[in-house]
Amino acid sequence: MALPPPDPQFVLRGTSAAVHTLHFSCGGQEPDVPVLFSGSENGFVHVWNLKTHRVDTALDGHGRKSVYCVETMGGKNRLLSQGRDQRICLWDLAEGRASVTDSVFTENVGFCRCSLLKVAQGRWLMAMAAKALDEVQVLELPSKTSVCTLKPEVGAKLGMPMCLKLWQLNCGSQPLLLAGYEDGSVVLWNLSMGKALSQLVCHQEPVMSLDFDSEKAKGISGSSEKVLSIWSLNEQQNLQVYKTHKLVNAGISDITIRPDKKILATAGWDHRIRIFGWKKLKPLAVLDYHTATVHCVSFSDHKNLSERLLAAGSKDHRISIWSIYTQT
Amino acid sequence: VCFIPGGLDCSICFVSHVLGKVCVHGRQKEILSVLVPRLTDLTKSDCIWQRICWRLVECVPDRWMEAVVLGFVQTAPGADVLSRLLGNLVVKNKKAQFVVTQKVLLLQYGHTTAVLQNLLGYLSLDSLRRALLIKVLQELLETWGSSSAVKHSPPEQQQYISKAILICLSHLKEPEIESCRQELLTSMMEGVKCHLDSNLPQIRRLGMIVAESISSKINTEGPVLKFQYKEDDEARELKSFLVQTPPFCVVPSLPDDDRNEKADAVLPLVLESNNKSHTGALVMPDEELDAELDSDDDLMPYDMSEDKELKIKAPVYIRDCIEVLTGSEDVDKWEATIKALESLVRKNPAATREVSVELAKVLLHLEEKTCIEGFVELRQRAQVAVLTTDPIPVAKYLTSQFYSLNYSLRQRVDILDVLVLAAQELSYPKSRGKTTCSGAQNPCIQLLPGSDSSKGWRRIVDERIKSKTRRFATGQSQVELASGPNEFSSVAGYFFFPLIQHFDRPLTTFDLLGEDHFVLGRLVHTLATLMYLAVNTAAVTAMGKALLEFVWALRFHTDPYVRQGLLSCISSTLLSVPTECLLDDMTEELLESQSWLGDLVEKDPDGDCRRLALQNLLLMENLKKKLKTVPS
Repeated sequence: MALPPPDPQFVLRGTSAAVHTLHFSCGGQEPDVPVLFSGSENGFVHVWNLKTHRVDTALDGHGRKSVYCVETMGGKNRLLSQGRDQRICLWDLAEGRASVTDSVFTENVGFCRCSLLKVAQGRWLMAMAAKALDEVQVLELPSKTSVCTLKPEVGAKLGMPMCLKLWQLNCGSQPLLLAGYEDGSVVLWNLSMGKALSQLVCHQEPVMSLDFDSEKAKGISGSSEKVLSIWSLNEQQNLQVYKTHKLVNAGISDITIRPDKKILATAGWDHRIRIFGWKKLKPLAVLDYHTATVHCVSFSDHKNLSERLLAAGSKDHRISIWSIYTQT
Repeated sequence: VCFIPGGLDCSICFVSHVLGKVCVHGRQKEILSVLVPRLTDLTKSDCIWQRICWRLVECVPDRWMEAVVLGFVQTAPGADVLSRLLGNLVVKNKKAQFVVTQKVLLLQYGHTTAVLQNLLGYLSLDSLRRALLIKVLQELLETWGSSSAVKHSPPEQQQYISKAILICLSHLKEPEIESCRQELLTSMMEGVKCHLDSNLPQIRRLGMIVAESISSKINTEGPVLKFQYKEDDEARELKSFLVQTPPFCVVPSLPDDDRNEKADAVLPLVLESNNKSHTGALVMPDEELDAELDSDDDLMPYDMSEDKELKIKAPVYIRDCIEVLTGSEDVDKWEATIKALESLVRKNPAATREVSVELAKVLLHLEEKTCIEGFVELRQRAQVAVLTTDPIPVAKYLTSQFYSLNYSLRQRVDILDVLVLAAQELSYPKSRGKTTCSGAQNPCIQLLPGSDSSKGWRRIVDERIKSKTRRFATGQSQVELASGPNEFSSVAGYFFFPLIQHFDRPLTTFDLLGEDHFVLGRLVHTLATLMYLAVNTAAVTAMGKALLEFVWALRFHTDPYVRQGLLSCISSTLLSVPTECLLDDMTEELLESQSWLGDLVEKDPDGDCRRLALQNLLLMENLKKKLKTVPS
């Protein structure tokens, strides 16, 4: 007898606009408060206190243009936010400050979320969609120097990059980039040579989101159609389709794998969040709370396993927080 | 009849005379059925017999030539046989040429397809005769493309000419097509225009098929003309004429078999290799699965039975529907509203009556926002529902819009269809509220857009004639049991009279008597249906009188579709108006109509019109008889 799906642990209200992106920062020690950052369509980044469930600060740095990506750089005091005003802002939030310390002008009018990877202490690589429609540029932060520009070959017709993921097998090895494009293909790029290592057509429609498990060399991508595609990377650095999973309703906006690589969550256009087991993509739960498209899902990084949370932000202005499968 | 073979110098003239005389007396079949097979055999390989045969036909006197040639063309089993038998008769003999190129093709149209094939194949088989073939094609195209011919000649003749054109095209070779490419193109363009202008769907389709064929012949590479029409047996048959199966080709069996064998050999190899790779792929995942330890079995899935496809809810109130249809950007909601609208309107008559005209206006102007299946039908059913719920104001609105500026033809025809469907529903109160599958309940009237209501009318009139006589004998009422009052009675006038009012007043975008004769045809058919449905209503006599005057004004219209409609109008008037009223109030109109009908029966070029006119005359006779026998 299967149990009915759980209700959200709590719901955060108060953004008064569609929520496009979420990021947890809960790894700090006591008395540090666990925090959730959310970016909304009205240009604000809200900092939610997860103890009081209220907004601590609202950051206005993108001229009321939609914020579609937030990331932290080593702790909750350094925040990166990306908005539709073609800017990526770096914030300093320590000791109650709320100021933009630096910004990168991307000249890109798309919706592709940037991807951050820490390569060394105090050094990050950031991949973002560049000015030219099908290019991806990788910058080193905080120096903002360009590491490489990844251009698909002439005639490849990949379209805009839709989603990016920088990863490296372990600290010190080569950083690689996985990019999902408008034509439905996922490309693996080698950053040092600036060349594409492998390309795989996963979907007939644009790839809306992807996530990658570097330990198992397996990744998953979702699109605007009814299919989730799981692919793997073999020893020759070639991508191959591993399997596909058919969904009930079409459209996925976001996919994320939990840090312990046991489960993954997808945010759907049909207002539902779906949980799958990562090993065999076994459907585990369908969380039906929101009344509009769910734009983003994010897992928390709590050190204490039983406190782990899943957050989902939706077009209906709500953020739902769930506690699910925390025992394993 | 035996012929003496071998080197005798015999005179064939006598035989030709006999043959000619027999044929002209109409005995072609008998004599040629014996003669032709014999001659076919004899002339197969023997040149002398061929020459004898040619002499035979050449010597037939001119006054009997036509009968003989026609007989040969009809009985010969194939074009090559005909060629052997007649030789170059058409080139040498003027009369034969006239018969073959003009009379059979242009002046007659009763011959079978086999005859056409024989004749045109015969013309194509010899180089001397090919010039005639091209001349024939040009003349056929001229006839095909002339607008007066399309308007006035019967559809059977047009089909005959189209067939002939297609067969000619199939015989033409590349250099010949090159030389007359320009002419083909011009005549095709003119012809297509006249054909598409016609109201009868079969003429339109003929035009489309022939134009497509011509275009495919003259543009062998590059884009080819393609129309959309109903592909049924007739269309396929016509298109099959375009390809000639050459009778002389003997399919070489041996080389083909070799080639086939090789192809077969290749296929199994390919299949095998595919299979191998498949089995290879299958083996691996199995191994992988076995190797992995299933360690996330401890994640218990939750109940996911509620996870179904997402359905958008439609609004529940009529005013909300209007809001969604006029303003909403939410396409899912718009779709759901369209689908739910008809049932909502029927369930809430009081609420609908408050906003009926507004809703009718919204529906009339509704364009398809997204691709829904059956959008046209959904919209029409919603319109009918609104009209039947609140007939008078909505009918006033719709009929006034029919004659307004700046509506498309589709919208005007929509208005007519909706009026008829609603009238049908109102006059049969039992079917109200149930799912009226338009056309299914009343088998006589086909009212879905695009259908040809003239066929339905014939059936109605036939049935009515039969039922009238039966009715007279038993004295039963024809109308179905109505459990309530006839709701159409009070509103029939509002449907009918505004439509008749302004037909002769042209607007800048809408001229019923001029270009838009298609709409005129539909209007006339609509009026006929409304008249038919108005039986047993109070206004029927006034309607009848007005309708007969309307028919009188339009009786000389050139479009056969309009004339058929006018004849349906007369039928429905005769059927719906009580006979006593007919004779009392409308005597002059009846007499005038009778004389017009008599005229039509004899002289109208369209077969359907003649039939309908005849049926109307019969109806009138029946009514007169009925009156005479009723004890006054």
